Amino acid sequence: MSPIFAARLRAALFWGPVGLILLYMTIPALVVVMTSFSPSELLEFPPAGLSLRWYARALSYPDFRNGFANGLIVTTFASTAALAVGSAFAYLVDRYSFRGRAALEAVLSSPLIVPHFTTGFGFLLLGAELGLTRSYAIVIAAHVLLVLPFVVRSVYVSLKNIDPRLERAAANLGASPGRVLARVTLPLLLPGMAGGWLIAAILSLTEFTASLYVTEARTQTLPVAMYGYIREYSDPTIAAISALLIIATTLLMLLANRYLGLRRILAIDAH
Amino acid sequence: MRQRPFFLAFLLPALLAAGLFLAALALVLQYSFRSFIPGSLDPGAFTLENFARLWRPIYLWVLLDTFTISLLTTVFTLLLSYPVAYALVRARRDWVRTLLVVLALTPLFTGEIVRTYAWILVLGSDGFVNSLLEGLGVIAAPLAMLYTRFGVVVALVQFSMPVMIVLLATAISHVDNDCERAAANLGARPATVFWRVTLPLTMPGIVSGVIVIFAWTMSAFSTPQLIGGGKVLMISNLVYLQGLSSFNFPFAAALSLVALVLAVGSLALLQPAAKRLEAKVSPR
Repeated sequence: MSPIFAARLRAALFWGPVGLILLYMTIPALVVVMTSFSPSELLEFPPAGLSLRWYARALSYPDFRNGFANGLIVTTFASTAALAVGSAFAYLVDRYSFRGRAALEAVLSSPLIVPHFTTGFGFLLLGAELGLTRSYAIVIAAHVLLVLPFVVRSVYVSLKNIDPRLERAAANLGASPGRVLARVTLPLLLPGMAGGWLIAAILSLTEFTASLYVTEARTQTLPVAMYGYIREYSDPTIAAISALLIIATTLLMLLANRYLGLRRILAIDAH
Repeated sequence: MRQRPFFLAFLLPALLAAGLFLAALALVLQYSFRSFIPGSLDPGAFTLENFARLWRPIYLWVLLDTFTISLLTTVFTLLLSYPVAYALVRARRDWVRTLLVVLALTPLFTGEIVRTYAWILVLGSDGFVNSLLEGLGVIAAPLAMLYTRFGVVVALVQFSMPVMIVLLATAISHVDNDCERAAANLGARPATVFWRVTLPLTMPGIVSGVIVIFAWTMSAFSTPQLIGGGKVLMISNLVYLQGLSSFNFPFAAALSLVALVLAVGSLALLQPAAKRLEAKVSPR
């Protein structure tokens, strides 16, 4: 066997399975998009024709409209609050050592490990205790805790990359601590904060399990409304709204890759 | 002189957030030791009955099922993610790497309901796979995949892969290409290079991926809920049934406490092993 042939064979034996694995990862999304254009109420493959009726229904269905609006309210407040709390905390962790710092770090990163249904159930009980069961406040509070670890991490990494000499230079030139923070540190942190906010917003918009516990009919977010629909109907309305979400996410990923460099953010570029 | 500008102002919001989270968990703990009064959301007197009830065979079976499903999901996620992560790091052409990154990571951000619903369409009796196989004449009657453990694992593996791929790709990208080339120059065949050089050096990534996915799958909810359809029960589904269907908050609290202990426990047990491995392979 010639070496070139052996190398080709090896490449084929590697890329073949990789392609199949990627197909397995992508097929659900493709099937959703395909189903969303189906004219029929029943599932059928391949679809008998092309129709936009499920898109029309999805976009006019009151529960989805309310869910989307609620989701925007919750996400805007939750990811912005998480950005403020998380950036401030990342600053503390990076700059100061104080008693209880490790414990506080552990508590604020634990929502990553604690099952979402435990967190959701806990906030449901907390909401009842505080008389906030029917309010956005408890939904927002739960979401803040769930997305906080991602914001802290993103801002912390940016803080680590700031050249401390820049802040020292500003301070030596007579800038007050507040001025250094506002004119030097914050502008340098902006990319990390923007990245953290974006991740927080996406996670909050799509969060389901904890939201199922803390929302009720009036405050339910889009994923909860979709879950309710799936349990009651089996027509492709959910396929249409899912297709919209998949396409939006894919575009966002392509843009993030183009402008922020996904591989660099995730630290998976070869050296 | 120790100046600490903004110390208190930056600390208070974090303390408030931590306080809310701890209060929520403390309430779960408190409810788990209270008795259930049917028809009332308020818990009754102190009791250990909720924890005694956990030892009934039906609940032990659910725990065992949760464990088995998580283990299977973790193993298959690792096996399928490694080649993709390797391709992601080592592909030479830029567009191939962009394509791989987007295809591999998009499922992570579409949200669990969209992903789970998609698998219902793929696995259902009138779904994509059954229609395809029937159209090709491979099967006469639809295969039962929805509402089975098989279906739940198939969906869970797909959800877990993006995270595993990121963790593995990070580990693989830290392997010095020169190590692999040196082995190859010394006459090692590609398979030998992989088994003796690449794989051992990426062990820390593998271990941390396995830990994360295992803990994550143990607390999966929407997949067993919708794809299991009540026929496959994981601990999360019991919490939902008890808490939001029967309104037995005390027992739901005990169950979610068990889930919390299992998730944290499996991390605590496996983390030291990961640390040791990390120390072993990191360059001195």
